[in-house]
Amino acid sequence: MTKETRTELEAKAREIRALTIDAIGYLGVGHIGGSMSVVDVLALLYYRHMRVDPAEPRRRDRDQLVLSKGHAGPALYATLASKGYFPEEWLHTLNVGGTNLPSHCDRNRTPGVDMTTGSLGQGISAACGIALGNRLNGISSNVYCIIGDGESDEGQVWEAAMFAAQYRLDKLVAFTDYNRMQIDGPTAEIMNLESLKAKWEAFGWFTQEVDGHDMEAMDGAVERAKANPGRPSMIILDTIKAKGFSLAEGQVGSHSMSFSYEDAKMAIADLKG
Amino acid sequence: MEKKEMRAVYAETLIDLARENPDIVVLDADLMKANGTAAFAKAFPDRAVDCGVAEANMVGVASGLSAAGKIPFASTFACFASRRAYDQFFLSANYARLNVKLVGTDPGVTAKYNGGTHMPFEDLALMRVIPGLTIVEPSDPTSLAGFVRLAAAHRGCVYMRMPRTAANVLYGAAETFAFGKAKVLREGGDAAIVALGSVMVNEALAAAEALAAEGTHAAVIDALSLKPLDLDTLLRYARSTGRVVTCENAQIAGGLGGAVAEAILEAGVAAKFARIGIRDEFGEVGTVEYLIERYGITAAHIAAAVRSLT
Repeated sequence: MTKETRTELEAKAREIRALTIDAIGYLGVGHIGGSMSVVDVLALLYYRHMRVDPAEPRRRDRDQLVLSKGHAGPALYATLASKGYFPEEWLHTLNVGGTNLPSHCDRNRTPGVDMTTGSLGQGISAACGIALGNRLNGISSNVYCIIGDGESDEGQVWEAAMFAAQYRLDKLVAFTDYNRMQIDGPTAEIMNLESLKAKWEAFGWFTQEVDGHDMEAMDGAVERAKANPGRPSMIILDTIKAKGFSLAEGQVGSHSMSFSYEDAKMAIADLKG
Repeated sequence: MEKKEMRAVYAETLIDLARENPDIVVLDADLMKANGTAAFAKAFPDRAVDCGVAEANMVGVASGLSAAGKIPFASTFACFASRRAYDQFFLSANYARLNVKLVGTDPGVTAKYNGGTHMPFEDLALMRVIPGLTIVEPSDPTSLAGFVRLAAAHRGCVYMRMPRTAANVLYGAAETFAFGKAKVLREGGDAAIVALGSVMVNEALAAAEALAAEGTHAAVIDALSLKPLDLDTLLRYARSTGRVVTCENAQIAGGLGGAVAEAILEAGVAAKFARIGIRDEFGEVGTVEYLIERYGITAAHIAAAVRSLT
């Protein structure tokens, strides 16, 4: 990755972070923590890796993203708005009655959202189905999926993990947003996932661990994942909950929190330095 | 009466459909031999997906396949299809407005020796409250084949109950079916017996025969489609006969009995009404013959219910 590309992607991520804070702050409450921790990977995927066309969001041969941790919808909406799937003004309708941007991802409401998610553990199964369906349809597109670390407590995640390995879904590249915090506290104290890398390896996945806020490191991992035949890929992202949100970065309480629009503006100013 | 094995008909119909339509895929959860889908796997190995003993993931994968444009038929025992994968079927398939056909085998007492752990009396009530879901229980091999074809052509989720073993053939090969349409198997002006599924439809026919010998002529309506329900036919017979008995191999709460009771009351039809089905009990082991007696859902119980409505 060139220095210019890296700088561009980092700028995109900052822009998406600002839009995410603005959207949640305008409403006054939302899942800021888990949204902010996945912004960098979303920017990397949508601005470097995914072959998508905002004018044709349901193209059969597009790359797809299943945000299995559906509560991070606001980060995806900010990304999609920045890509031009819908006007940025929509972001101020987050969770307003009748909106196209509900808290959790809805494929029927939001242009660019590939799968409806929200009950944790389900998105990764759907991503397996999409990858298998693409293969049956002779489509060689990539299917990306982002799961949460708290989400990884769900048994269905591990059912899907076995399935993807059994069916050699090598077009499936999944990420774990490992910010090490779930709603009730640190994952190490509530439901310890360690050793997460060894678990995914034991389930037959090509598994890598990278800094989830380092564009170049993540880019290398995605390239290696795409070049790895015969196995699904898991990229464990070492992330910080609420990354870039100065009011609550790294705090457990950021999972879903209230803050004023004034606070949001202040946090956006902090972000832009 | 001619009999055919339901699971064989299920697989044969899917194989025929798959020859015509490349999007048909079949999933199962380590029950391909039990559910007959092994025959499909033999015919179309690439389009048969055994998910192992993981029903929740199976329904999620089926949803993803649907999102990719495929038409997935996923089968497992009805207890797992409903209870175990309910959230997945609710959200990933139905709420997401996808196109998943879920087939629950061994409904109600047909779970026989697998007993109470595997005996779904509650699946109909659970499924009925999923918005927009189509629910059918074919009563014979012909209607099974018909509804599998209808399900494949229908854009939207379907839940279908299916006993695995041999069932009486009640309809000729030329018979046509539709979602939301019941069939009147026997005419009669004194009462209407509305039955769902092969076990209960056959018991209902036997009950009508016994009643006829006493001079009571009961119509037998094969409900087939629990949702949408054939209100036109049901209300017409409720009005004309004034006596309705519903029969289901499931809890009477929330299933056919509940649905018909709601429809009759809301339509303001003053019919006498009784429900034959499971009365707030769990399942247990036994033969079908033992279990229908044990739970009070035999032809004799149906006939007694009709007689009681005076």
